[in-house]
Amino acid sequence: MAIERLALATRKGALILKRNGADWRVVHEGFPGCHVAIVFLDRRSGHLFACISDGHFGTKLHRWAEFANSITVDSSDPQEVWKELTAPAYPEGSKLADGKDAVLKYPWAMAAGSKKQPGRVYFGSEPGGLFISDDDGDSFRLCEPLWNHPTRTDKDLPWMGGGLDNPAIHSIVVDPRDESCVRIGISVAGVFQTDDGGATWRPTNKGLKAEFLPQPDPEVGHDPHILVQCESHPDVLWQQNQCGIFKSDDGGANWLDVSETGDDRTAHFGFVIAVDPADGNTAWVVPAESDMVRAAVGRKLCVCRTTDGGRSWQAFSEGLPQQDCYDFVFRHCLIQNGDELIFGTACGSLYHSGNRGESWTTIAKDLPPVYTVIEV
Amino acid sequence: MITVRFPPHLKRFIDLPEEFSSDAESIPEILAQLESRFPGVSGYIVHENGSLRQHVNLFLDNRVVTDRESLSDDLTGVKELVIMQALSGG
Repeated sequence: MAIERLALATRKGALILKRNGADWRVVHEGFPGCHVAIVFLDRRSGHLFACISDGHFGTKLHRWAEFANSITVDSSDPQEVWKELTAPAYPEGSKLADGKDAVLKYPWAMAAGSKKQPGRVYFGSEPGGLFISDDDGDSFRLCEPLWNHPTRTDKDLPWMGGGLDNPAIHSIVVDPRDESCVRIGISVAGVFQTDDGGATWRPTNKGLKAEFLPQPDPEVGHDPHILVQCESHPDVLWQQNQCGIFKSDDGGANWLDVSETGDDRTAHFGFVIAVDPADGNTAWVVPAESDMVRAAVGRKLCVCRTTDGGRSWQAFSEGLPQQDCYDFVFRHCLIQNGDELIFGTACGSLYHSGNRGESWTTIAKDLPPVYTVIEV
Repeated sequence: MITVRFPPHLKRFIDLPEEFSSDAESIPEILAQLESRFPGVSGYIVHENGSLRQHVNLFLDNRVVTDRESLSDDLTGVKELVIMQALSGG
C-alpha cells in the first residue's frame, strides 16, 4: 500500500497532507500559527494526537478522536475535531537535579502500548519525565521509578540537557514481543530499559561513545538522538547518536558503532534513522555535518542507506538539493513503508522516494519547519 | 471587584469573555476562580507549580506583577488585572 496521507507537526500548525498521484496537498490545518512539536497516531484506537508547545502558554495536548475512521478529514472543521486534553503535569514537589521545581517544558515523544493495553499511551518530555496514560490520554501519571532513578540527579554526572536546558525523553519503544519491556532514549543520559512495565529501569549503553565528556564511556551520560527497533527482529535496535550511528543485535545489551569513518565520512552525525521493519540490517539516515554546523554535509543533501547492518553505507542524492543546501532533518521526520520513504526538513521541504531511498522528488516546499512526519 | 482582561491569543484556545469580574483577594484566588469557571485556563497562565509562565505577564492596573513565583503581589486598590502575552523575541 502506498503512503496516501501524512500528518506533520510544524512550526505553524498540525498539517494533514493527502496524495493525489504525484501531487500532495495540505487538506487540513490544525492550530494555525502554533508551534506543534509532535503528532502521533495511535493505530489501535485511531486517535490522532497533537502536542503544542506554545511560546506563551506552554505545552498543550489535543486529540482528534477516531481520526483513522474519519472519512471527512478534508472538510473537517479544526475547531470541532480537535479536543484539548489535560496535558501531563509534574506532581508537586518534583525537582530537577539542581533543586528547582520541575515543570513541563516541551513534548518530545508519544507512543502507544500494546494491543493488550487498550488506552495505554506514553508521553516523553523535557525535563526528563515519562508520563503514562491508560485512558487514551485523558489523564497521565508520572512514571515515578524512572523519575526517581538515582542517575537523574547524580551529583557528579546527572542527566543533562543536550542543547536544551534540561534532559528530554524523545524516544519510546515498546517491545512488540512483550509490552512490559519498554526502552527509552534520553538526551542526555542514554538508553534506559524496563522489563517490568516501568517498575524498575536500567541503563543499556554499553558500547556507546560520549565524546563530549572527559570520560567517553560512562554508564549514563550518552546522547542518543533517536532510538528505533526492528519490528520483525526486535533484538535489533538502531540509534542515531550525537557521536555516530550505533546498532545493537542483542536488545541493547551491547552497542556497536557502525558509522562511516575517515575525513570524508558522510553517515555519522544526524538526528533521524529508520530501520526496515522487515529487515534489521537495512536502515536509512539523513546525515548532517557535525554538531557545530548542523546543515547538509558539504551543503549537499543526501540520504545514506545500509543493507548489511552498517558495515557499509551508500549515499543517494538524486533529486535532492546539491548546492548551497543548509537544510537539516529533525529526529521524528523520516518514515519508511515498503519501497517508500518520506522525510520533512527544518527548511520546510518534504521529499519522497519510491525506490527505497535511491532517488527523490520534492513533494512540498515552503512549508514551516517540520518537527514530525507520520503516515496516517 | 477586580476586572480581569484576557489577551486575544488566549481566546484562540479557550472560550473566554471580554472580561471577568472577581471578588478574590489574591492573584492565586483569582486564578482559581477562573479555573473553576473556564476549566483549563490556569494552565495557560501558570506552570503546574503555580509560577507564572515565562512569556506571560500580569499587570495590576499599570504595574507589572513582581512576584512571578508565588504571585503574592498586593491587590489593595487594584481595579484591573490584565493578562498579557509577553513581547519576547522581537
